[in-house]
Amino acid sequence: MTVSFESVPTPVPARGSGLLRLWREFAESPVALAALAGVALLFALALAAPWIAPQNPYDLAQLSILDNKLPPGAQSIDGLTYWLGTDDQGRDLVSAILYGLRLSLLVAATATAIALAIGAVVGTIAAYFGGIVDAVIMRIVDIQLSFPAILIALILLAILGKGVDKVVIALISVQWAYYARTIRGSALVERRREYIEAARVLALSPARIMFRHLLPNAFPPLIVVATVQVAHAISLEATLSFLGVGVPITEPSLGLLIANGYGYMLSGLYWIAFYPGLALLAAILAINLVGDRLADIMNPRLKR
Amino acid sequence: MAPLLEIDGLKVQFSLRDGLVRAVDGVSLAVDAGEVLGLVGESGSGKSVTGFAILGLVDPPGRIAAGAIRFRGEELVGRSEAELRGMRGRDIAMVFQDPMMTLNPVLRIDTQVVEAITAHERVSARAARARARDALVAVGIASPDERLSAYPHQLSGGMRQRVAIAIALLHRPALVIADEPTTALDVTIQSQIVAQMQALCAESGTALIWITHDLALISGFADRVAVMYAGRIVEQGPVGDVLGAPLHPYTRGLIGSLLGGGAPGAPLAQIPGLPPSPINLPPGCAFAPRCPRADGTCATAPDDTAHPGGRTVRCWHPHAALETVA
Amino acid sequence: MSAPVIAIEYVSKGFVRRPGLAERAAGLVTGGARATAVQALDDVSFAIAEREVVGLVGESGCGKSTLGRIVVNALPPTAGEVKFRGAALATLDPAARREVARKIQMVFQDPMASLNPRMRIGEIVGEAPRVHGIVEKREAGAYVDEMLARVGLDPSLRNRYPHQLSGGQRARVGIARALAMRPAFLVCDEPVAALDVSIQAQVLNLLMRLRAELGLACLFISHNLGVVEHIADRVVILYLGRVVEIAPNAELFRAPNHPYTQALLANAPRLDTKKRRFAPIAGELPSPFAPPAGCHFHPRCPAAMDRCRSERPALREIAPGRFSACHLNAMG
Repeated sequence: MTVSFESVPTPVPARGSGLLRLWREFAESPVALAALAGVALLFALALAAPWIAPQNPYDLAQLSILDNKLPPGAQSIDGLTYWLGTDDQGRDLVSAILYGLRLSLLVAATATAIALAIGAVVGTIAAYFGGIVDAVIMRIVDIQLSFPAILIALILLAILGKGVDKVVIALISVQWAYYARTIRGSALVERRREYIEAARVLALSPARIMFRHLLPNAFPPLIVVATVQVAHAISLEATLSFLGVGVPITEPSLGLLIANGYGYMLSGLYWIAFYPGLALLAAILAINLVGDRLADIMNPRLKR
Repeated sequence: MAPLLEIDGLKVQFSLRDGLVRAVDGVSLAVDAGEVLGLVGESGSGKSVTGFAILGLVDPPGRIAAGAIRFRGEELVGRSEAELRGMRGRDIAMVFQDPMMTLNPVLRIDTQVVEAITAHERVSARAARARARDALVAVGIASPDERLSAYPHQLSGGMRQRVAIAIALLHRPALVIADEPTTALDVTIQSQIVAQMQALCAESGTALIWITHDLALISGFADRVAVMYAGRIVEQGPVGDVLGAPLHPYTRGLIGSLLGGGAPGAPLAQIPGLPPSPINLPPGCAFAPRCPRADGTCATAPDDTAHPGGRTVRCWHPHAALETVA
Repeated sequence: MSAPVIAIEYVSKGFVRRPGLAERAAGLVTGGARATAVQALDDVSFAIAEREVVGLVGESGCGKSTLGRIVVNALPPTAGEVKFRGAALATLDPAARREVARKIQMVFQDPMASLNPRMRIGEIVGEAPRVHGIVEKREAGAYVDEMLARVGLDPSLRNRYPHQLSGGQRARVGIARALAMRPAFLVCDEPVAALDVSIQAQVLNLLMRLRAELGLACLFISHNLGVVEHIADRVVILYLGRVVEIAPNAELFRAPNHPYTQALLANAPRLDTKKRRFAPIAGELPSPFAPPAGCHFHPRCPAAMDRCRSERPALREIAPGRFSACHLNAMG
């Protein structure tokens, strides 16, 4: 048994915001910093796609079918250089990847945000009321989580049909339960703390106690879950699109691009699937690394 | 006769992200064999860290930055972990505030006590268990056989602390360091444990360093007392003298703010302000910002000055020894 | 004599832990899983008059915190009732109950744990008064500043978070939060126990000043007799869920009647300038799960008689305003 610095009373920080300290700890890992830079770059590229992409791959009028399956470096009739080649529709792969990234990130981020909100609310309600409310909600969550995500998504999309919005709905339905369960665990712990008891003695309404006192304090674990889940959502959407039930074929996401190019791999036209695959890999890897680092530094923080 | 334990200018520092914490900033004290020394201070005064440092229990980011700790004349600072481990429990033992720092929650009591015995001695299992039983009886645990077969969570807080004390005294160490062992216990149980420690130490001639924030408690059974503030000892001496006629303004303020002294309903004498943050200790006397007697000279840190009767004070403006507490 | 502001009448509280599904299933094989019950409070009755401070003293497991929570209506009693100015809390309709709830507030023991770590101080103090309409939204800022100043805090602290304050400052925030509700009655649950000695004096002085200024009635729960002696008008001693003695402050400390009170006083650390031999009462605190029969204190009582082992002593008035539950008083 040894004494650690916790037995020394922590000096009162003057005006240090928690966020600043979070950043300083995060920045101590060069890998995490690089990953964060990568994520930022990807998001920036995706957002700026309409302005920086050489062509709009969704605008069928801009595509020339004669230019299809050109290798990287080839030139088009108008003098446009296809840096990464073109796919079987004649789309410039650079533009397709940018727009595809945009779509993938948009779908994943939207679905994650909404699933987070739903899951956080449901989980907090379950933890606050306990008893039968908690039992019912958690059984629903358990049942949902016992099915493979891809199966639920496939069934839903079969019912709802194709389309970007349907994909988002499917992703939300798959993800919310995970957030609900995570926040319920953390909220159960917080609920026993004295400040919740104090809020009750102050005769505040249950809604106010749940969402103004309990939820903000039970929330931190969800940040880590959410970062990793964004990556999951990206790969799930890619899988669904690959299987042909995701986004429409005229507006390809990274997954659909990979699906398109998959058949050409053995013919030597590797670039059609390879570069979108690389982009997908980079996105998922970077987000996962950021999420890992957040998980590492937030854990001891939670003990406070 | 040379003292059993001598601490000379001890400095323990913690390198934290926000800066350097001088938890112990130049502590010197001595304990004779069989003596009871009370180490008194509030939270952040460095009293616990001093206790840990004696046994080499300070881990990074903390370290002993300076000073010497001599036990039976031999230097402890810089000893190897193996040597220190050989001493812990046998020559110097420690009792913590939370008995669960001594006891393993998943092991039975007899397993743990026997383990403590066999760590320093070669005895048969049967003999070890018999000694364990005797050790529990010695600390006043009724029905020891039941307690031996129990797990820590099945015992009350007072009982657990008694077991921790029994383990500490197993090998009749020359010195026991007790870090607030009764702070978390009820008053009636606290008295029992203090009585037990008093008797056991008197019987086996064990020296005792009792670390506490409770001046009143220590007044009843310590021989000498050392008062700590912000990592330094501000006053030490025989307990009757220090508490009857305190020299340092902090000691005086502490005694004055104790309850049970003044008339009920009257405002208590209070020390204004807050204890300093250990990370940004002001230069000079650490107590000056709160001291009614501070002036310009207090901008430089005072040294220990000796006073008659084996007392030392660290203050430029100590009270006169003849001023009794009002 | 005016009606008491809080009347606690025959309040009992039992906690039962029923075996879960798995335990009951296992019990079918092993022969029955029993529910474990603990009687935290047993037939407790006393009253607190307007502007009076009653100290509630006892060691761990005596039920004092449980009683505090019952009085603020955070916990329902199993039997008996608590009346606020004559109206039983349990019989009120929800609107009236909310109204009464605001009048009875609590100061908690652990200042760090009882403040929401993600709320600023100003919000912590001002939220409830604003929500309940005690103060208008546009005046809330000034109201919070006034409350903070009243407990001796610099109003600029309102933008800080609890972890940026010291222990003493947090304790004051807890008091400010309770006072901001303009309560008629305050339950203080060990408000200074978690503080350093030098800060304790500061906070106690604050409480005494506020009491003089606002004329609040208060139930002051503490295990520390020294603190209670200083601040209470009357003292109630609790042992294992039962009241064993009630007396005015001066009389209790001058001449305690019940053997447990005497033991508490004898064992309370006092500043001595010479060594003393500690001679404590023997015996462990009994477990609340298996309290001794008859008088709960008899296994540790130096004056226990046969009668004490089987018959529970009633709380009897032994002098005007003094009550004690001990068979010794019934003799001669």
